[in-house]
Amino acid sequence: MREALDQWDFVLAAYAVGVLGTLGMIAWSWLSMRRAEKRRDESRKR
Amino acid sequence: MHGLANPARFLRFARWLTPLCLGLGLAVTTGALAYGLLGAPADRLMGETVRILFLHVPAAWLGMAGWMTIAGASVTELVWRHPLAAIAARAAAVPGAVFTAICLVTGSIWGRPTWGTWWVWDGRLTSMLVLLFLYFGYIALSDVARRDGGNGRVAAIFGIVGAINVPIINRSVVWWNSLHQPPSITMGKSAIDAAFLWPLLAAAIGFTLIFAGVVLARMRAILADAQAEARLRRKAMVSDPFEALA
Repeated sequence: MREALDQWDFVLAAYAVGVLGTLGMIAWSWLSMRRAEKRRDESRKR
Repeated sequence: MHGLANPARFLRFARWLTPLCLGLGLAVTTGALAYGLLGAPADRLMGETVRILFLHVPAAWLGMAGWMTIAGASVTELVWRHPLAAIAARAAAVPGAVFTAICLVTGSIWGRPTWGTWWVWDGRLTSMLVLLFLYFGYIALSDVARRDGGNGRVAAIFGIVGAINVPIINRSVVWWNSLHQPPSITMGKSAIDAAFLWPLLAAAIGFTLIFAGVVLARMRAILADAQAEARLRRKAMVSDPFEALA
């Protein structure tokens, strides 16, 4: 018996994983860079 | 390369290159993925699921490219003592691991409607999973070296030895029977129709720019952390040398 699978569900799930994973990684790396550079600049002022 | 060995010179260069790589990468990737989702035709055999190609293949390439970056930077660190090489290797580990994980998850999602199963323990899938575990090991080793003030030689050697897995991943579908298809793109030749090939190359360029931008951002963060820690330690030494050494 052949399963009835909607191929679009799989396409959208894969895009969600790929796009959210990539955007999450960009946001995390950018924010951690800004935080580290702010900490370095503050240590210079002290 | 040696011109960038000076962290101050590298930072001057990285300050404008990081947002440029990330902005351009996001724009190119968004265009390629939008075309992949809405504009590309369905495949004769795989149907609509062929659209996963535009995410899965660049993620696989960057998972392997990330480890080759670690291996190349580790050789540069051990042989030429380039001061930024260890930082570059550490910076490439997290984006490499993320792209490897994206490749595994999107591949599994693609496998269910195409092969009828989420996972098989064949050469390609297993060697890609091994790559993800190698990334976890490298991240743990380099974190321990940083925390304990070590020189990171063990992590560098691990990075070089782990590179043996990359050609195994690449040749796995040729060496062993697999549900995974054989390589569609080889040196100078492609079995992929132009309707899929050009957007796939655009997606690969876009994701590569994002990868480069994330590596630069991680390098800047690691350098800034190291500079802040060194400055705080120096100040502690000046104010109370015995307490700082304790």
